[in-house]
Amino acid sequence: MTAAYDIAVIGAGPAGMAAAATADGLGLATVLIDEQAAPGGQIYRNIEGAPLADRAVLGADYEAGAALAAALRGSGVDYLDTTTVWRVTPENEIGVTRAGAARLISAKHIVIATGALERPMPLPGWTLPGVMTAGAAQVMLKSAAAVAPGAVFAGCGPLLYLIVGQYLRAGAPIAALIDTTPRTNIWRAAPLLPRALAAGNYLAKGLAMMRDIRRAGVRVIRGVDGLAALGEGHLRAVGYSRGGRRATIETEHLFLHQGIVANVNLAMAAGCAHHWDARQLGWRPACDGWGRSSVDGVSIAGDGAGIGGAQVAELDGRLAALDAACRLGRIEVAERDRRAAPLHAARRRDLRIRPFLEALYRPADDQRVPLADDVIVCRCEDVTAGDIRAALALGCPGPNQLKAFTRCGMGPCQGRLCGPTVTELIAAERGVPVADVGYYRLRPPVKPVTLGELAGTAPSSDAPGGA
Amino acid sequence: MFETRRSPGPTVRIAFDGAPLDVAPGQSVAAALLTAGVGATRRTPDSGASRGPYCMIGVCFDCLVVIDGQANRQACMVTVRDGMRVESQAGAPDIAP
Amino acid sequence: MIRYDAAVVGGGMIGSAIAYGLARRGLATVMLDEGDVAFRAARGNFGLVWVQGKGADAPAYAHWTRRSSDLWPALDAELAEATGVATGYARCGGVEICLSQDEFDTLAAELERLRVATNGEFSYAMHDRASLGQYVPGLGAGVVGGSYSVLDGHVNPLALLRALHAGFLARGGIYRPGSRVSRISHQQPGFEIAGDGETVAAERVVLAAGLGNRALAPFVGLVAPVFPLRGEILVTEKLAPFLEVATLNLRQTVEGGCLIGASHDEAGFDDRSTGAAMAAIARRAVTAFPALADVQIVRSWGALRVMTRDDLPIYAQSPRCPGAFVACGHSGVTLAAAHATLLADWIADGTLPGEVAAFGAERFDVRDAS
Repeated sequence: MTAAYDIAVIGAGPAGMAAAATADGLGLATVLIDEQAAPGGQIYRNIEGAPLADRAVLGADYEAGAALAAALRGSGVDYLDTTTVWRVTPENEIGVTRAGAARLISAKHIVIATGALERPMPLPGWTLPGVMTAGAAQVMLKSAAAVAPGAVFAGCGPLLYLIVGQYLRAGAPIAALIDTTPRTNIWRAAPLLPRALAAGNYLAKGLAMMRDIRRAGVRVIRGVDGLAALGEGHLRAVGYSRGGRRATIETEHLFLHQGIVANVNLAMAAGCAHHWDARQLGWRPACDGWGRSSVDGVSIAGDGAGIGGAQVAELDGRLAALDAACRLGRIEVAERDRRAAPLHAARRRDLRIRPFLEALYRPADDQRVPLADDVIVCRCEDVTAGDIRAALALGCPGPNQLKAFTRCGMGPCQGRLCGPTVTELIAAERGVPVADVGYYRLRPPVKPVTLGELAGTAPSSDAPGGA
Repeated sequence: MFETRRSPGPTVRIAFDGAPLDVAPGQSVAAALLTAGVGATRRTPDSGASRGPYCMIGVCFDCLVVIDGQANRQACMVTVRDGMRVESQAGAPDIAP
Repeated sequence: MIRYDAAVVGGGMIGSAIAYGLARRGLATVMLDEGDVAFRAARGNFGLVWVQGKGADAPAYAHWTRRSSDLWPALDAELAEATGVATGYARCGGVEICLSQDEFDTLAAELERLRVATNGEFSYAMHDRASLGQYVPGLGAGVVGGSYSVLDGHVNPLALLRALHAGFLARGGIYRPGSRVSRISHQQPGFEIAGDGETVAAERVVLAAGLGNRALAPFVGLVAPVFPLRGEILVTEKLAPFLEVATLNLRQTVEGGCLIGASHDEAGFDDRSTGAAMAAIARRAVTAFPALADVQIVRSWGALRVMTRDDLPIYAQSPRCPGAFVACGHSGVTLAAAHATLLADWIADGTLPGEVAAFGAERFDVRDAS
C-alpha cells in the first residue's frame, strides 16, 4: 500500500519542479505529485504545450518555465501527474487519489509547494457567471488559447497588468481596466523604492507593462467606488461610481484581481503553524530560512510560504531540497551551506522588490471587506457579509464559531475563497488586530475524495499482513 | 464570449446537456465549455443561483458539472475526451439508486 | 463587580441549554465561554436525538433520555419562535444498521433489555435487510438487518447551538467569550468566578465546561471524572434528499450533505482526524450504502466526547458549596430539551431531585477524580 521515498514534493510549479530536480540530482529517491496533467503550476501552466498560435503573447518570463520542465523530465524523479493530494499525516504519509483509487505514499521528508491563489475580491454580483479571476483569464489563454474580447479587468496588482498586456499582444480588445489601487499607496510605497531598485529588473518590466497599456489606448478608470457586477443569470455590465456619478460598462466578462495569497490549506491541515502577514495581507506558514515548517519533516517552498514570485519560488525549491538532503544525511552541513550561499543571496536580492510592491498595490480596505451586507462572502454556502455580521453580534469570537453558526467556510473550497475576507471582517467588526482573530481549523481531506476511495485505504482485515 | 487564438487542428466530440460540441483536445471541460459560449454550468442547491467557472484552477468549486454520470466534478480539472458526456447540475445531485 | 443570579461556565451544548433555561426563568445569567479555538465537543456533534440503545442497563438514564426526547418538539418550537433559527429537528425515526449476525443479535438483546427496563415504554422492531429497506433505501448486500424505532430523530446540532445562544441573548443573558475560567471561589454566599481578563460574581454557578470540568469541579467540592473519547465524522457533498430516517452512523442533513460516523478512540486530548478512522468509517458506509461509493467527502471533523466510565451524565450539586452545580456528559443534543427546561428549573430552584440522583457525583470513587 505505501511506497517509501526520501523526499516527496507536492506541486509542480516552479518551486516544486526545482525542488524535485535538485533532490534527484543530490541522489535522493524523489517523487513529485501534482494534480494537473502537465507540469508548470499556475504561472507556467501548460509550458510544455501552450496551444497559442503565437506563444510570444505570453511574454518572456513565461518561457523561463520551459527549462524547469525540461530539467524535471530529464531527471530520475518519479513524477505523478493528474494525482490529487488530500492529506499529509503526522507520520509523513501523503494520501493521494488518481483515477478513482486512493493510496498512501510515505516519504522521509515532504516539501509542500502548492503555491498561491488569488485573494478574493468580494463585490456585489461577483458570483454571476461571466465574472472570473485574472488568473482564470490567464488559464484560458495558456491552456485553451482563448480570449474574451470586450472584457473589463478590475482590481490592482502586477498580475492584472500582466494579463492586460497579454490580451493586448493577442490583439483582443479590452473594454476597460478599472484600477482600484488606492491613490494614497504611492506615498506608502515611495520610501521603499530605493531598496526595490536593487531587485534586478522587476521595476523596469513593470514600468514597461504600464507603458504598453497606456500606449495601446486602453481605457483606464481610477478612483471608483461601488464597483458591482450587474446582471441576472449572467454578467451583462459592470457598474461603478466616480465623481459622484454612477456609470456602467456593458460586458459579458469581468476579470477580477487584487493580489495573491498563499494557498495554506494543505500546510494548515498538516498541522503547520501559520501567522498573519500584515504587509502581504494573508496567512503564511512559519518557516525558517530553509523552508522548514513547524512540523518536523515538512518544508514549504514557493508562494505557499509567502508571496515572492516565480524566481524566488525556484530558489526556495532548491534550498528546501538541499536542506532535506542534509537532514537525511546525504550531504554535510558545510556542503549544504556552500551550495546554498549563492541561492540565498539571489533570493534576498529578488525579495527586495516585495515591500515596495506590497505597499504600492495594497488593495483598498473596502475591496477586501465588503461594506454592503448583501455581498456574498462564502460562495459555497451563499453566506453574505450581513449574515456574518449578525452572527458576530451573537458574540462569535472567531472564524470557527462563525463557521458553526453560519456555515461560512463549510463548503468544498474549505475557506480558500472566503478565509481572508472572513478574517479581516471579524477583525474589523470586533475592533481587534487581524493576527488575533485566527483562521479556520482545517482538516483533511483538503481536496474531496470519494467514500469508495477512502474505504480503499482501510487495511484489509482478511489479507495476510494487512497489505 | 471567448474566442480562440489557436492554431487549427483536430477536435474531439463531447456532449453538453445532450448537444454535441467539437472542441480542441488537451483542454479542460470548463475551458471547452467557455469557448463554446456556455456561461452557467450549474444552479446552487440552496438558492438556485446560476454559477459558472470562476477560478479555473480547482479552488473555487463553482464549475461543478456531471461528467459521464458522476456528479460534482470540477470541470476545470478534467480534460476533455472524445465521447465524454457533460451535463449541467441543477441543485444537489441524485445519488444512483 | 456585577452580581448575577447565575454564572454558567461553558457555552457548549450543555452550558448553553442550561443558560438558556435559566434566562428563560428570568434569572440574570452570565455564560462564560472559551475563545474560538477550543475542544468544544459542541462543534463535533453528530446531531442525533436518540432514544434507542440508551440506558438498557441503567433505567434512570433510559427514563431521562425519553423525557428529553418527548420535550424536544416544544423546545424546538420555542426556539424557532424566539430566535427565528430553524434547527432542522425532526422525529423522523431511527435505524441502527448491522453488518453481521453478531451485531444484530447483540443489538436485539440490548434493545429488548431496554424495552423491559422501561416497562414497554420503549418500542422498537428488529428487521432483516429486506424489511429494513422500507425505511432505508439502497442497503448493500453486506447488511444483515437492523433496528427501527419511531422515537428517534435528528437535528442540526450547530443550528441548535446557535439557537440556544441567540435565545439566551434574547432573554437578557450576558455572553462572555474568550473567558476561560481558571478558578472559582466560594464567597459564602455566592461565588466569584475568575476567567481570562475578568472575574464575575454570582449567586449560583453551574460548571458545564465539558472536559474542563475535571479541573474545575474540585473548586466547589465536587468531582467530575470525565475523560476524552475521540469521535470522527465525515461530511459529504450536498445530495438530493434520499434518506428520511436517521441512522446511527449516517444521516442526511436538511442542506443535503450526509454526516457519517462513528469512531471511538481513547487518544487523550488529540482531536485530529486520523486516516484509520476515516477509512473505517468510509468502509462501513460503503458497505451499508453502496450507492455512496462515488459520493465525495468534502470535509471531516473530529471532536472529543465528554465521557464517564459508566456512560452516564453527571448532574451534581455541591453539599459543601450550596448553589454550585456540575453538569456534563456526552449526549448534549438529545438531552438539550431536558437541560433547557427541567435541569435549568431545578438549578434555579436550588435542588436536584431524586429523579437524577443516579447521575450524582456520589457514585464515583474518590480515586476516579485523579
